[in-house]
Amino acid sequence: MTTTIPMSITVDGERHDLDVDPRTTLLDALRERLGITTTKKGCDHGQCGACTVLLDGRRVLSCLTLAVAKDGAHVVTADGLATDGELHPVTEAFLANDAYQCGYCTPGQICSAVGAIDEARRGMPSAVTADLAADVTLDRSEIAERMSGNLCRCAAYVNIVSAVEEAAHR
Amino acid sequence: MTTMDARSMGTSVRRIEGPDKVTGTAAYAGDTVAAGTLVLHPVQATVARGEITAIDTSAAEAVPGVVAVLTHRDAPRLGDTGDPEHRVLQGTTIHHRGQFVAAVLAEHAEAAAEAARLVVVSVDEAPSTTGFDPDAEAYTPAALGNGQQADTLVGDPDAALAAAPVVVRASYSTPMEHHNPMEPHATTATWIDGRLEVREASQGAELARQTLATLFDAEVTVRSPHVGGGFGTKGFLHAGTVLTVLAARTVPGRPVRFALGRRQMFETVGYRPATVQHMALGAAADGRLEVVAHDVVGATARYKEFVEPAGGSTRSMYAAPHRRTSHRAVPLDLDAPTYMRAPGEAPGSFGLECAVDELAVALDLDPIELRVRNEPDVHPENGLPFSSRGLVECLRTGAERFGWSSWDRAPRRRLVDGWWHGVGVGCGTFPAFRMPGSTAEITFTGGRYVVAIGAADIGQGARTVLTQIAADALGVDVDSIAVEIGSTQVPVGSIAGGSAGTASWGSTVVEAADRFRDKYGDAPDEGDHADAATPDNPWAEEYAMAAYCAQFAEVAVHADTGEIRVPRLLGMFGVGRILNPTLGRSQLQGGMVWGLSMALHEESVVDPRFGEVINHDLAGYHVAANADVRVVEAEWIDEDDAYVNPMGAKGIGEIGIVGVAAAIANAAYHATGVRVRSLPITCDDFLTSGLL
Ligand code: FES
Ligand code: FES
Repeated sequence: MTTTIPMSITVDGERHDLDVDPRTTLLDALRERLGITTTKKGCDHGQCGACTVLLDGRRVLSCLTLAVAKDGAHVVTADGLATDGELHPVTEAFLANDAYQCGYCTPGQICSAVGAIDEARRGMPSAVTADLAADVTLDRSEIAERMSGNLCRCAAYVNIVSAVEEAAHR
Repeated sequence: MTTMDARSMGTSVRRIEGPDKVTGTAAYAGDTVAAGTLVLHPVQATVARGEITAIDTSAAEAVPGVVAVLTHRDAPRLGDTGDPEHRVLQGTTIHHRGQFVAAVLAEHAEAAAEAARLVVVSVDEAPSTTGFDPDAEAYTPAALGNGQQADTLVGDPDAALAAAPVVVRASYSTPMEHHNPMEPHATTATWIDGRLEVREASQGAELARQTLATLFDAEVTVRSPHVGGGFGTKGFLHAGTVLTVLAARTVPGRPVRFALGRRQMFETVGYRPATVQHMALGAAADGRLEVVAHDVVGATARYKEFVEPAGGSTRSMYAAPHRRTSHRAVPLDLDAPTYMRAPGEAPGSFGLECAVDELAVALDLDPIELRVRNEPDVHPENGLPFSSRGLVECLRTGAERFGWSSWDRAPRRRLVDGWWHGVGVGCGTFPAFRMPGSTAEITFTGGRYVVAIGAADIGQGARTVLTQIAADALGVDVDSIAVEIGSTQVPVGSIAGGSAGTASWGSTVVEAADRFRDKYGDAPDEGDHADAATPDNPWAEEYAMAAYCAQFAEVAVHADTGEIRVPRLLGMFGVGRILNPTLGRSQLQGGMVWGLSMALHEESVVDPRFGEVINHDLAGYHVAANADVRVVEAEWIDEDDAYVNPMGAKGIGEIGIVGVAAAIANAAYHATGVRVRSLPITCDDFLTSGLL
């Protein structure tokens, strides 16, 4: 017998109360229950990054997150990054650098980039960081490394790195 | 003959749907959430070949939330498209593992998945063959996957090989590969009063409509406004679409949605079949080719033939008086292969261009010079002049830009910080043609020209580039154009495929614009209207028309581990007029990364015991990720081709991948002295060579 569990979640600034099956992922809760499809599903297995959202400020794969475990959380999708009608600098940089083609991976790329820039500012190293004690400089190889959890089959990678570089150094 | 004047064409207009894509509000086929939508979860065959003897759906039907379970017993009968992939739930025969044998419809995805697991399918299994053995019994196909003939022969290649002073004979292999667009195929189907409405991830809404109309004998509307990549797998409809529409028919009025899981993308939507290519080149001591022979053995499916035309481009690349191409097919009990980005050219250029490199080594000649010496004056097989052919210029300007001459030609000369470095070149071609069958309609309304044509934007930028073409054809600014595409509610369009989309739709739009201006001049009234069908290209039989490229790669191979990296790729393209430099560069670079991915990462591994791809997800099947990609530059020569179409533009969707894997393999040889003839190239190839 299926039981559902009540929870609430704030998405792109709007609070939603819903009952979820405990098996429901955050991604499916967004897409199927709330009709918020600005977050895309590429694999449902944590292997592609298309479903990346910012959860309480950090980038997470929403397909690997169970919705019931995130009662009361704040989720931001690519659509919620704008403030006061102004596009987020990362969003703007993706447009300016043509950092997308089909656009399917793009909302996840942009959320991931916002998270990655923040992680670097907080001094978190990556596999290619030479000096773990120094401040992180987001050069092209750091960006490529940190964005490698987001696959792009159109392979807009060169432009994605340029966009993130531009936004990070704004 | 001249090309039309360009004002907007040639400039980097931003993608029109860009704001929707970067916010995620662009709605793809699986993004519909109409109230009452039912979720479909399929039941799939777990053997490669056999007959279904019984299906027990009782446990599945008892799952709360399940609305229906559909099997071959109760599925509606279908009309015949002639495509075996479309015979979904029409009988008991299993042709491949993963074939859809039943479907569950439920209120929620969780219930549908649970119920699908509870369906019990009894099968009388038959012996199957699913592993590709190039020495197995093979047959000669009536035609290749692209309609070309299987074999061509000029002169006496075997006698010429026996007499040639320098001969290279080698065999090259390319694996099964899966397209893996980031958007899995998705269909939402609703039957309303006997009419069918479908949202489909499709490279061609009209082709989808025709197929569904034939299968279901109904009036069909297809919408496909945004498509999350196709690369060939979203051209012809696959079984999942048919299954969804069949299931929807049993619940009239309710939308039914099926978004394939990633694993199903390895089981039901096609792939590039494996090939083994036996190359033989014979040359005079000065490098002039006497003979080119390219004999291909490729995998196909037993229940539906598709033969990769891997030897096709060898027919036009280099001059040689004696030449042969042949294709043999080995049938397997697998899902059917299909078109995948540069079908034929991508794997075929690996065989030919590696063999040419091996010939250059045997002759002690620069591989660029060797290719230049074998540049044909006319098409080497059909004798037609070329409308334009930029291969030599691509090689020369590319070499200059890449710094080719600064490298010692001898292999294994540059060891830097523990990495062997080398450079390589590979070339390619892709035909430039025009598909018939589109109609463009131009209506002046609200101060704007609405240009409607059933084109598909799969990420190549059709919406944007057609806007630019229409603006120039009508002599107005892009702001005055509103392009409507991506559905069957606008006039018919041919598919986004064969690198012919823009050429075909663009030629049609130009024709309609010419008629519009003839009728109304440059000051139309509200509601003025003209349309046109795709005009034939009067030069199609007079000239050989194709894009060309020269790809340059720098490769680094770790001296201890054999790890291989590609720090630098440069592609030089001869593709006529580039309609939008920013979008064009993106598409060409994307193709080049596909070539890198093909060279180093991609291989679908079939377990011959069970007939399934064992690395059936994005963890096991690696496509190039961001950190795999370093410097990738796409540039082009100035090329004015007055014959291909009024825009002077050759398609660029596929040429980007062609030749890249060969350039990388050739560079790996130059770096290490190890010749790898089988893709993908991995560290094992170097570690087992004894040369590191
Ligand atoms: S959909 Fe979540 S990582 Fe792919
Ligand atoms: S833009 Fe198409 S997958 Fe990234």
